[in-house]
Amino acid sequence: MSANLSSSGSSDLQVQASSEALLSGSTAPVRRNWAQYLRWLLLFAGGILMVMPLAYMMSTSFKFPFEVYNLNLVPEEPTLENYTYVLEDGRFLQWFFNSLIVATLTTVSSVFFDALVGYTLCKYRFPGRYVVFIAILSTLMIPTEMLVIPWYLMSQQFGWLDTTWGIMFPGLMTAFGVFLMKQFFETVPDDFIEAARIDGLNELQIWWTVAMPLVKPALAALAIFVFLGNWTAFIWPLIVTTSQDMYTLPVGLTTFSVEQAVEWELVMTGAAISVLPTLIVFLVFQRFIIRGVVMAGLKG
Amino acid sequence: MSFYDRLSVRQKQTVWAWGFLAIPIVFYVVVRFYPTANAIVLSFQEWNLLGARTWAGIDNYVTLFHDPVFWKVFRNTFVYLLIGTPVSLILSFVIAYHLDKVRFLHGTIRALYFLPFMTSAVAMAWVWRWFYQPVPIGLFNNFLASFGIAQIEFLNSTTNALPAVLAPAIWAGLGFQIIIFMAGLRAIPKTYYEAAHIDGVSGWTIMSEITLPLLKPTIVFLVVFSSIGFLRIFDHVFNMTTNNPGGPLNSTKPLVLMIYDTAFNSFDMGYAAAQTVVLFVILLIVSLLQLRLLRDR
Repeated sequence: MSANLSSSGSSDLQVQASSEALLSGSTAPVRRNWAQYLRWLLLFAGGILMVMPLAYMMSTSFKFPFEVYNLNLVPEEPTLENYTYVLEDGRFLQWFFNSLIVATLTTVSSVFFDALVGYTLCKYRFPGRYVVFIAILSTLMIPTEMLVIPWYLMSQQFGWLDTTWGIMFPGLMTAFGVFLMKQFFETVPDDFIEAARIDGLNELQIWWTVAMPLVKPALAALAIFVFLGNWTAFIWPLIVTTSQDMYTLPVGLTTFSVEQAVEWELVMTGAAISVLPTLIVFLVFQRFIIRGVVMAGLKG
Repeated sequence: MSFYDRLSVRQKQTVWAWGFLAIPIVFYVVVRFYPTANAIVLSFQEWNLLGARTWAGIDNYVTLFHDPVFWKVFRNTFVYLLIGTPVSLILSFVIAYHLDKVRFLHGTIRALYFLPFMTSAVAMAWVWRWFYQPVPIGLFNNFLASFGIAQIEFLNSTTNALPAVLAPAIWAGLGFQIIIFMAGLRAIPKTYYEAAHIDGVSGWTIMSEITLPLLKPTIVFLVVFSSIGFLRIFDHVFNMTTNNPGGPLNSTKPLVLMIYDTAFNSFDMGYAAAQTVVLFVILLIVSLLQLRLLRDR
């Protein structure tokens, strides 16, 4: 997480350019020789190997118990019984819903506030600006694990234990997002803002209607990261929730899997349910997500 | 309103700026800075969550220093880091380097490598845990058995368990690193390679004189990013060893799991806080090393 208050324009362009180049596929010259065929074959085989755990997870979730220990990837007698069992249990739907609420609300909140703070630190010159920026940035160095104990004590005092708010409050804003958004608002010309000011828009309107639409790709990139992070978050929800009704999907999956320990087809079904939404979202918005990851990764 | 109207343009902007920052500042003070201070204070105190907080001086740190489990855990944490970071970086660089030279089905192959990054650590820990089970349950051992190869003890062995827990963590992060490496490779101007080609420079020289030096910022970023990830490993370990978290015989226990145990199973809050401070210092050193390396660029 490199920090530089006066970010250089040339590196911005470079990031933009390389993330665009990445999406247009390979630009390597077409070569037809044995080395190139071998390279393709090995890469493809490696790619297949990478998704094997996911393939076996999916395949096993459609298998009857008697078939679970076979190595075949296509079930001989495919069944939906595992899904019926897991969904009839009812808890998974609740956990799924909890995770969706938590991840959605934290994403909306972080994107809104990170963009607001990033914009303020980027476009206003006011006393204390540098101090605020450094203070927020320095929180990047503080690991979640150091804060979980104080957060727990705080939640206990305010009665936030075992509530949705309790799961959410630590993630309502992210310093990473502030840094990312500040970098991207650098690309918004000051003239636009000045023009809007002359047109009589107030500062809030300028931010929301002029600056925000110009950094939409960055907002989307941040949203993807925050959502994925909260969807898969484990240690804090594990600590703050005590009743099964309040669990998020990862915490619920742990409990469920410990109960089912020997019935691996049910464990795989639970795993599949918690992983499928993000996998499907990725397959649908692939180009978009990869661009977001590159932008967030290289700027962060 | 009249007061506001009398302000200069610059003063109005200052008012707006602090207005925008008001809620976030409250958040950062209450949810980031105060808890950090609280954790540090708590690390010098004795508290079991029920009674009063009593001052303990540096007792917690002294106990930690003499705790054989801590040194075991300390060692494990660095083994995760020292295996995880180089292995994942070398693998992802090799894959990114070659994938960059491939056109046919480029996007599809890239997606295959990236998919595991979109999964949750908890779900995948359970999938891999199943793979690691002994015959006739586990996939790996069944696979080995079909070739007549002897079984391997994965999660029950004190020597194999740590790499076995680390493998899915490396696997899941690979896609992200490949994408970042590919973006880094694309950012290197083509003209450098063309010039090298005309001069008849060999492949290895191009790699060591052009590609790797120009990739340095990318490499530094990925080293730090993945180091911090491996130093904070928890989800995989916790879920793959639920029957005996961190086992067998603490052979897989990382620092974060020890913190979790001390705080929420033994309720020794002061001692746990001292451990979090140690984690914080380790992560701080890694981050500062990065800043140092970037400045040398």
